[in-house]
Amino acid sequence: MTWYLLRRVGQAVAVVIGVMILTFILLHMEPGSVARAVLGLRATPARVAIFDDTYGLNKPLYQQFVIYVKQLLHGNLGVSYQLQQPVSTLIAERLPRDALLLGLSTLLALIIGVPAGIYQAVHHNQLVDDVVAGTWFTLYSAPDFMEALLLIALLCVQFHVFQPNFPGGITSVGGVLTDWRALVLPVVVLSINSVASFSQYARSTAIQELAADYVRVARAKGVPPRQVLTRHVLRNSLLPVITILGMSLPSIVAGAVIAEAVFNFPGMGQLFWQSALSHDFPVLLGATLIIGVATVTGNLLADIAYGVLDPRIRHGS
Amino acid sequence: MAAETAPPASLEMDPGSAASTVGQVTARPGGAGRLSWSELLHNKRAMSGLGIVVLIALFCFVGPLLYHTNQVTVNLNIENGPPGPGHLLGTDPYGIDVLGRLMVGGQSSLELGFAVGIASTVLGMLYGAISGMLGGVGDAIMMRVIDTLLAVPTFILLIIVASMFTLNLGVIILILSALSWPGVARLVRAQVLSLRTREFAQAAKTMGATRWRILLYHMVPNTLGVCIVTATFGVADSIYALSALSFLGIGPPPPFADWGTMLTNGVDNLFNGYWWQVYPPLIVLVIVVLAFRQIGDALNDIVSGQQPGRAVRRRRRRFGWLPLASQYE
Repeated sequence: MTWYLLRRVGQAVAVVIGVMILTFILLHMEPGSVARAVLGLRATPARVAIFDDTYGLNKPLYQQFVIYVKQLLHGNLGVSYQLQQPVSTLIAERLPRDALLLGLSTLLALIIGVPAGIYQAVHHNQLVDDVVAGTWFTLYSAPDFMEALLLIALLCVQFHVFQPNFPGGITSVGGVLTDWRALVLPVVVLSINSVASFSQYARSTAIQELAADYVRVARAKGVPPRQVLTRHVLRNSLLPVITILGMSLPSIVAGAVIAEAVFNFPGMGQLFWQSALSHDFPVLLGATLIIGVATVTGNLLADIAYGVLDPRIRHGS
Repeated sequence: MAAETAPPASLEMDPGSAASTVGQVTARPGGAGRLSWSELLHNKRAMSGLGIVVLIALFCFVGPLLYHTNQVTVNLNIENGPPGPGHLLGTDPYGIDVLGRLMVGGQSSLELGFAVGIASTVLGMLYGAISGMLGGVGDAIMMRVIDTLLAVPTFILLIIVASMFTLNLGVIILILSALSWPGVARLVRAQVLSLRTREFAQAAKTMGATRWRILLYHMVPNTLGVCIVTATFGVADSIYALSALSFLGIGPPPPFADWGTMLTNGVDNLFNGYWWQVYPPLIVLVIVVLAFRQIGDALNDIVSGQQPGRAVRRRRRRFGWLPLASQYE
């Protein structure tokens, strides 16, 4: 277990360094020079030279990379061209709201997905299973924004239940929560894909677990079927979902960009989208770095949690 | 990585049977695919998906020859016109015929889908096969590169790179191909790692075949089945990616036409009740993506070497339908 943990952490560190190299390369792929982007097109060559000298942009690339990493470790992600604010501030003030949005939608996906998966497992190879699986397949395959648009068309345009746009000017998490009606649609849209994958993984494990000896023993002892499901099968089916939870982080983040853009939710996805429209590279790459590190950490935590929760792994090797 | 501990169900399910049916025909490289073709013709899911794709392709490429529309000039006299005899699906805010636009937009989507599906699969296949054959430090480094690229959602990278260039169909095909190979590479590597230890690979090695010969003549043909499956999903994913990109307003600028842009323009008018600007592109897009996913899912059953019909049931019983995860969602 210790050896496995060390190996796993080592891999995660390697990938984080990889993500830093990636954002560094992308920063230098940016068309035109950094000096031009900051000083504007009419800056004189002398000004550009001074700027390059100040920020070490005339040094060899590997030295620049060292400087870049040092800055990152000090929490300096650069300054937004468009908003003239430090990228770290911009991201930090949006992160709590994103944590709320992503957390709620993942929670919703778990609450719907896992029981649905177990229900399918109990009824597997029956018509109900096929119908539910088909529904998930369609929802999972259909583009995110289609689901968003259909919900807007139905609930906002047709029946006026919700408003399609998040009210502007909200900055605090509390403010987001007070306007919970505006929060419903983004959370629902974001959870659809996760529901599909969680339920299918829960289903496949539950099918294996239902055939296991301990289930038969429990039934033979006279434990009611419902209790077998909630006490034994549910717990064991939750295990692989933890791994999927870690793995699905990138897809949830990508979904958040679209959902936040559609619903005008003031999170990192929306910041990212608007920065892409205005070619604000420091923000784009800062966000990319944060997302990459978050994904690596998420995967690592999921793997560790899996190891801790599953006695077969905890006590094995 | 977590992905290695839980690989996509489809490939893990029965590597033995997949490799053994394919393994027997290694004397005739390229035969691996042939075995699948006859099964493909009898697979209802694959054929229905294929039928839909052919219909949509005909609609997009032959349709404009039969249904002549003006797709070039703006005509504000007939803006936002409802469906009628002159314009079967109405007109958009610029007075351009929606049905005709649907056809032109579909052309670019389909061309992009096929080009990216093939290019990224070839790239990923080579990278994965080389990584698997190398082993050791080289393999570890090559895999960390893939881990890095997969740590950042591909759609996020796509948005960044797309905002750096002036986009047209060619550029966006290049960008998408350059970004979507890592998933394929990881699958192919896993396949190569298990194939390496099989008898035919050992035999080839004993007969004095070089590493590269084994790689090109024994490994690559045997991973073709997996690659065809991922390529099919790749087509669906890249069509989706282009539409999502256009939907966010970062796609290729006009006069480039595609379904995502049509949707964005239409959404602005949804409140005005101009439904014909939103639902047609939405429906066609969903149908195409679903059709390719269906084909991929069915191919997956065939490649894993099981009888059609029973295969679907057996796989579902064990793993559920969930296909190889999309990279863009």
